[in-house]
Amino acid sequence: MTIGTDDGLATYNFAYLDEQTKRMIRRAILKGIAIPGYQVPFASREMPMPYGWGTGGVQVTASIIGPDDVLKVIDQGADDTTNAVSIRAFFAKVADVETTTETAKASIIQTRHRIPEEKLKDGQILVYQVPIPEPLRFLEPRETETRKMHALAEYGLMHVKLYEDIAKNGHIATTYAYPVKVEDRYVMDPSPTPKFDNPKMHMSDALQLFGAGREKRIYAVPPHTKVVSLDFEDYPFEIQTFEEPCAMCGAQGVYLDEVILDDRGGRMFVCSDTDYCEKRREDGHRGHLAGDAMEAAE
Amino acid sequence: MYVAVKGGEAAIRNAHRLLADRRRGDRSVPALTLEQIVEQLALACDRVMAEGSVHDRDLAALAIKQARGDLIEAIFLLRAYRTTLPRFGYSEPVDTAKMQVERRISATYKDLPGGQMLGPTFDYTHRLLDPSLARDETVDEPERRDGDDTPAMRVSDILAEEGLIEADGEVDSEEVGDLTRTPMEFPMARDTRLQALARGDEGFLLALGYSTQRGYARSHPFAGEIRIGEVDVEFHVPELGFAITLGRIRVTECQMVNQFQGSAKAPPQFTRGYGLVFGQSERKAMAMALCDRALRAAELGEDIVAPAQDEEFVISHSDNVQATGFVEHLKLPHYVDFQAELDLVRRMRGEHTRRRDTQDNMPEAAE
Repeated sequence: MTIGTDDGLATYNFAYLDEQTKRMIRRAILKGIAIPGYQVPFASREMPMPYGWGTGGVQVTASIIGPDDVLKVIDQGADDTTNAVSIRAFFAKVADVETTTETAKASIIQTRHRIPEEKLKDGQILVYQVPIPEPLRFLEPRETETRKMHALAEYGLMHVKLYEDIAKNGHIATTYAYPVKVEDRYVMDPSPTPKFDNPKMHMSDALQLFGAGREKRIYAVPPHTKVVSLDFEDYPFEIQTFEEPCAMCGAQGVYLDEVILDDRGGRMFVCSDTDYCEKRREDGHRGHLAGDAMEAAE
Repeated sequence: MYVAVKGGEAAIRNAHRLLADRRRGDRSVPALTLEQIVEQLALACDRVMAEGSVHDRDLAALAIKQARGDLIEAIFLLRAYRTTLPRFGYSEPVDTAKMQVERRISATYKDLPGGQMLGPTFDYTHRLLDPSLARDETVDEPERRDGDDTPAMRVSDILAEEGLIEADGEVDSEEVGDLTRTPMEFPMARDTRLQALARGDEGFLLALGYSTQRGYARSHPFAGEIRIGEVDVEFHVPELGFAITLGRIRVTECQMVNQFQGSAKAPPQFTRGYGLVFGQSERKAMAMALCDRALRAAELGEDIVAPAQDEEFVISHSDNVQATGFVEHLKLPHYVDFQAELDLVRRMRGEHTRRRDTQDNMPEAAE
């Protein structure tokens, strides 16, 4: 199946990548699924969007997407951020698939920096865009060294780093891209999602795929896999909590964005997951600023 | 207001429309033609072809026009196109000894078979702005003479006859490395490393090459030979059983000759650094040759003491399409992560204040 462009000059294969490339990427994905948390090198291609814009996630999605899939793309939890809009439009064009903003309706969700609030189901695939796949990179810049450390499961350095955080600050000072251990074996970077989202990865019903285009790595967490955030017995892993509920939908226990309202310190907190927030408001939930914000939006 | 993040779709559409407007500029000024770019900005096309890894002047010109003259953006456009092209196979190695030479100089011999030819070079021009170029004045035709068809022997071959320079090296297999098709791995074989350098950013390699000259892994280089000209590209067709010529491309080749004291592994002799680039780009070819030589440190048993010798550092950061993508991605929204950091900093500041207050309220027991 090929998709033509308007002027008929150039044609691209279904979902942009040629079938050979898709096969190569699918092999890497299968290997990743077989070895949860292990970073599989793959021959990443140049994509028509810049490195850093989600080329890894886009290649993974392009390799697994079929004509019957329903795609959702989020960036910072939102469907309407510019890059999410752009990637969604890309697949609508080159793969002609149905797109959605509803988490429950999507068969593939490509994400940058968030996991949806709504629990993912069996059969759904969450594709993460990953900038630096190596959790040990900022402790050891050399790939040749970090690959050895993974091979030997030598993760002491990471624990020392977390310990030093506590000794210096009284806290583990990692708030996003918080390292996890997958199925008691590989330490893995969950991509720069806030650590708030880490527990959602554990024993998820959905398949989780991670693509790092510039760094040329793919890794995976199959459904029902143990994903444990690193911590200490006396300093257990904790997620962020917010003091107030979402100002728009009143939700509690969700991740919130801080929105600056004026230059006098006025601010509100709203759901980072826009689909979740809209659903709740449709169901009649109201936050304390919902009326005002609605008016301002019109 | 909260609505600021809405309407991404319309914003993108309007931004692209404005970009197209700015690209075109003042409509009363004639639009640039691709022929003009190919003919009059030829060296820009050469750089885009080299780092974009596609030898096609017209596409390079189109990319330059589309990128409003931003060469790294143009390189990116060409790369993104290249990656969609099917691969039929790999050409035979080009034979630069058979090059139709337009420029050929050696800094190591005053005269040599085939002669020294300056060709179309900026060298020895005085860098005085030339106001006559602001007008479309007639330019004289160049002097021409009939070329002799005897190929100009390589300077490295002259040294090789006496055994003064290391051999070119044997290729282990017929298979040539290709980092666009197989995942990169360190340490790299030299063929893949040279491919990475040939695609690498001119400015980055220039700075690294320069650093070796200033003492960070000094290699005592001599420009043994630089040649620019056209070479045949041959392709072996299995169905025919022999190689056919697909066409000719213009390339710049630089052979650096470097002093080498010898080591436990090798006797004292000159060593090579090699640069080969599409089009006319002497700066890039020379910088590439310096970097290639520096990166051979491990192979030659030299101490690795400087950035230019560090393969993982050099190759991981030489690709400007990757570099510009990751540097510029910082302008994408990061507010989810920033929120997480905000929360932590606020909490730590709160604790800091509480600690200070309790200390202030304590009686001065130490006195």
